[in-house]
Amino acid sequence: MKVLVAVKRVIDYNVKIRVKADNTGVETANVKMSMNPFDEIAVEEAIRMKEKGAATEIIAFSAGPAQCQETIRTALAMGADRGVLVQTDAELQPLAVAKLLKAVVEKEQPGLVIVGKQAIDDDSNQTGQMLAALLGWSQGTFANKLNVADGTAEVKREVDGGLENIKIKLPAVITTDLRLNEPRYASLPNIMKAKKKPIETLAPEALGVDITPRLKTLKVEEPPKRKAGIKVKTVAELVDKLRNEAGVI
Amino acid sequence: MAILVVAAHDGKTVRANVANAVTAAGQMGPDVTVLVAGSNCADAAKSAAALQGVAKVLQAEDAAYANWLAEDIAPLVVKLAPNYSHIVMAADSVGKNVAPRVAALLDVGQVSEAIQVVSPDTFVRPIYAGNAMATVQTADKIKVVTIRPTNFKAAAGGGSAPIEQIGGDGAKGLSSYVGAELSKSERPELTSAKIVVSGGRGLASGENFKLLETLADKLGAGLGASRAAVDAGYVPNDYQVGQTGKVVAPDLYIAIGISGAIQHLAGMKDSKTIVAINKDEEAPIFQVADYGIVGDLFQIVPELTAAVEKK
Repeated sequence: MKVLVAVKRVIDYNVKIRVKADNTGVETANVKMSMNPFDEIAVEEAIRMKEKGAATEIIAFSAGPAQCQETIRTALAMGADRGVLVQTDAELQPLAVAKLLKAVVEKEQPGLVIVGKQAIDDDSNQTGQMLAALLGWSQGTFANKLNVADGTAEVKREVDGGLENIKIKLPAVITTDLRLNEPRYASLPNIMKAKKKPIETLAPEALGVDITPRLKTLKVEEPPKRKAGIKVKTVAELVDKLRNEAGVI
Repeated sequence: MAILVVAAHDGKTVRANVANAVTAAGQMGPDVTVLVAGSNCADAAKSAAALQGVAKVLQAEDAAYANWLAEDIAPLVVKLAPNYSHIVMAADSVGKNVAPRVAALLDVGQVSEAIQVVSPDTFVRPIYAGNAMATVQTADKIKVVTIRPTNFKAAAGGGSAPIEQIGGDGAKGLSSYVGAELSKSERPELTSAKIVVSGGRGLASGENFKLLETLADKLGAGLGASRAAVDAGYVPNDYQVGQTGKVVAPDLYIAIGISGAIQHLAGMKDSKTIVAINKDEEAPIFQVADYGIVGDLFQIVPELTAAVEKK
């Protein structure tokens, strides 16, 4: 079974982002970019499936500008077999990415698609569910544990009250939560090897997908800042402040 | 046009955050309908009908809806959608699972975790773990919106909207529910608690969380944790507060042994009063705390527990 993973190039999670002075967005020039952390978990899960013999080939998909090649290379260095980049400089929103993914899925016919549950830039948490809807597939979102066998996937999901177990028919879309696994680091020999792995580049038009954004961003602003308060010396002082100043206990 | 709020519930009552979603929906348009789908959900439908601002409740009885499988619920919502201008869900684990499936089936975009309704087509939502606020406008005919419950007041009770029975469409056979491993707790639910006591890596073990439990019980507080504490296995996943966990905004948030990574701050910085207890005086948590104590939590927490007791 082929497994397709989607990887997004985002501002590195350690970077303190800056809102652009003209309020049109967030500064991305000269900022460290990395693979979305949830997508690393998706890649890792696919590799573990391949190591167990449950997957035969791993295709790493990305969509966006030419630099997304680097993100795909990272997935290839971790252990994916080949890449597909839908290259565009246009703004991509989750519905558009889901449609691009659908077009590639129809071409590649994977038995499973694994994506991160959300990207840490726009925090949308939509693409996996949208892809499952467009394909008419089942969805195992916020996966904490995944077991694939005999045409079904058992998914342990992270939900509000704890964990939930579902069984879904394959083909399916899985979205990863934090505890699904701990992604490996790519070793130097594997980084070298990844340079030789193929990446196919496609244009959205070639896939016949309309990627026009549905949401228009009117402005992006800094959130209201919280002022740092005071340090108290003793517990008695703290309790006094909470009781008589803040009035919260 | 009318607004459809899709309500998660436990069979007896709709989730507390449905009251927040009803308030948000009321800001998008005047005519709010609530959909309660499930198996034996008459009581839940009644609890929705009691919310002020609800014009009508649709009760969809079908065994297929018992466990909120997105593959079965989404087609029901999609079937009802042409009668509405907006589909609204709380951004909890049900809303996050179901709403994007509905949006894609309708071929519309989705506004995730709206924190403010600027106008019926314009919303403010946090991006980058709340380090930026985006104002977005949607031109889609049906607007699918999930809302962050803590940013909208809960609608009051005492109403009596009519309940209309609508049928279900059965299971699609794509997915089935096996069971749940839910954390059992007598404490208030994290996202609606007035006080939250939260622990991080500084606790050093799951055993040590007992210290926080004692304090939480004295205060009638909910219990939370940072990602580090959950990843380390000290507490279950549903304790996690942060960008990808739960978002809380209680009157009082006590962060104990939590350094305050931006991903954690994203989940609690709207709290009214924040207290930080940490041995590292440089910890970023102190930059958002109203009151901080630098010191050993294993000494301070028992002291605090004792002091809170003595009214």
